[in-house]
Amino acid sequence: MNDSLRYILRRVAEFVVSMAALAFVIFSLLYIAPGDPARSLVGTKHVTPELLAQIRAKYGLDDPFFVQFGNWISGALHGDFGESIRAGQPVLDYIAPHAAVTFQLVLLSLVLSVVFGVFFGIVSAKGRGKLRDSAINTVALVGTSAPSFAVGLFFLYVFALKCGWFPIYGIGDGGALDQLWHLALPAIALTFAVSALLVKITRSAMLLETEKDYSVFLRARAIAPLRITMAQLKNASAPVLTSTGLVLANLFGGTVLVESVFSIPGLGNLLASSVTFHDVPVVQFIALMLAFIVCFASAVVDIAVYLIDPTSRQRRRLYREVEATG
Amino acid sequence: MRRLAAQDSVGAASLRLSAGQACRPWNGMPVSIRICTCVLIVIAAFVIAPGLFAPGALEQDALLGAVPPGTAGHPLGTDSLGRDVLKLLIAGSRSAMVGPCVIAVGSIVIGILLGGIAGWYGGAADWIISRYADITLSMPTLLLAIVAAGIIGGGYWVSVLVMVILYSPFDIRIVRSAVIAQKGKPYIESALILRLSTLRILARHIFPNIALVIFVNLFLNIAYGLVSMSSLSYLGLGVAPGDADWGRQLSDGRSILFDNPASALCAGAFIVVTAVCVNAVGNWLTERNALG
Repeated sequence: MNDSLRYILRRVAEFVVSMAALAFVIFSLLYIAPGDPARSLVGTKHVTPELLAQIRAKYGLDDPFFVQFGNWISGALHGDFGESIRAGQPVLDYIAPHAAVTFQLVLLSLVLSVVFGVFFGIVSAKGRGKLRDSAINTVALVGTSAPSFAVGLFFLYVFALKCGWFPIYGIGDGGALDQLWHLALPAIALTFAVSALLVKITRSAMLLETEKDYSVFLRARAIAPLRITMAQLKNASAPVLTSTGLVLANLFGGTVLVESVFSIPGLGNLLASSVTFHDVPVVQFIALMLAFIVCFASAVVDIAVYLIDPTSRQRRRLYREVEATG
Repeated sequence: MRRLAAQDSVGAASLRLSAGQACRPWNGMPVSIRICTCVLIVIAAFVIAPGLFAPGALEQDALLGAVPPGTAGHPLGTDSLGRDVLKLLIAGSRSAMVGPCVIAVGSIVIGILLGGIAGWYGGAADWIISRYADITLSMPTLLLAIVAAGIIGGGYWVSVLVMVILYSPFDIRIVRSAVIAQKGKPYIESALILRLSTLRILARHIFPNIALVIFVNLFLNIAYGLVSMSSLSYLGLGVAPGDADWGRQLSDGRSILFDNPASALCAGAFIVVTAVCVNAVGNWLTERNALG
């Protein structure tokens, strides 16, 4: 117990330090950005120097760097992220509808990725060396190599434009089912790019389990293959679970691009356009929120896996390296 | 090589040997890897001399506009400015590939320096460098790159620099563990007993033994760099409008998907095929040398 507690504390500390570092990086990036923030606050209107000075005072733009950073952090911790420069409304209100769309898209792709990734990983491990194994591996190689926007564009062209099976852009305006229908193709494109990683990890974890004594005994006792597979899958679940954190990170990275391909009004599109518009509070908030989700998910998964299976530390490190080397 | 050449009496023999050695990887390659290698050689030729293969790629023909593939003189049609799509693709390979190569080299250089220090000296230096790598690794790379490249502006090389910083922690880890694996071996002990300088041990004794790991990792990083850089240029960050670049071409071609689908689709195909080839060759090298 003492060990687990120490691990959890260490992981939580790592999370807090990561978030602090990220907040600092994001804030300072936007601080050193060229251009006068007061100017972009008033837009293209003609203003007097007095008005500019007033704006600078209102937003605390003349304060030293660390004072501004401290103000921003304490505001953020109280749920106040400032106002969008472009929309003139509080960042949270402005972002909420976009965030809802993106969360639906990411959740849909996450479910699809886990289902398909684990399924094809098992199929590939069970048919090791056979045609279906190499076929799945080849598709997975394309999946890991292909950027999500290129996959999205192919899908858009083939399935929406040529076959007409899916809508071409936007999220529709006809209720929940229609929106799901509009999100289906982008979600599949994201899934294709992301689930390849899960296929690879499931495959190698399942192969490790297949070689173990208990699998041999189960087979020798003529247990139904499906039950053997379920037993192996249960034991192989730690690395698969661990990689979910990385999958989530890839999904949030990929969604920015896929949303742009399908013109979906989500966080990704908002981030890209806000970056171009220099809408600093919005960019800060989206970047910080997505970073928070990714770091938080990976910390939760790490701790969960540790609690379920404390001997997984060694293996976890191994799989992390598999993930990162692709 | 150098040691063989030093024995000048067998100079001719060693030359023959090295020619044979040069052919050996090719003979041992599966057909699919040979195809991938050929594709990469062609892309490399495009990168080195785009003007030779596609002269006047940026010449516009505004009157022509976007025409579909198969139009006389334009096998893949033209884009909305009337530029030849095939020539643009060839010209775009330089912008698409040079950045990723620089990213891979830059991040491995940081990896060798910091990873070598962490692995060799251990202790406090190792702790600081490892924590730094842990924290940077947990950051969402593409997201930070979009924010950094978009807000700082500064174009292509700023994006490359951001990527170098975000890619390096993984190289640091790889070099660090490779150095630690070598550190305990007898040949290092004997080098220490001989009181060779640390720099000499690291550069002349350890480096040659971990060079293969580093090379393979460098290679795989090029594929990741290609995907990341083309993602940025797809969003319009890093390359100027009108530049020849695969990512840029894909996003420009999206708006003329009805008139000439080849512009966007072929740009996408170039990115995917190149990345697949780099990954396939990299994976093959990893497996062949049992580095996994």
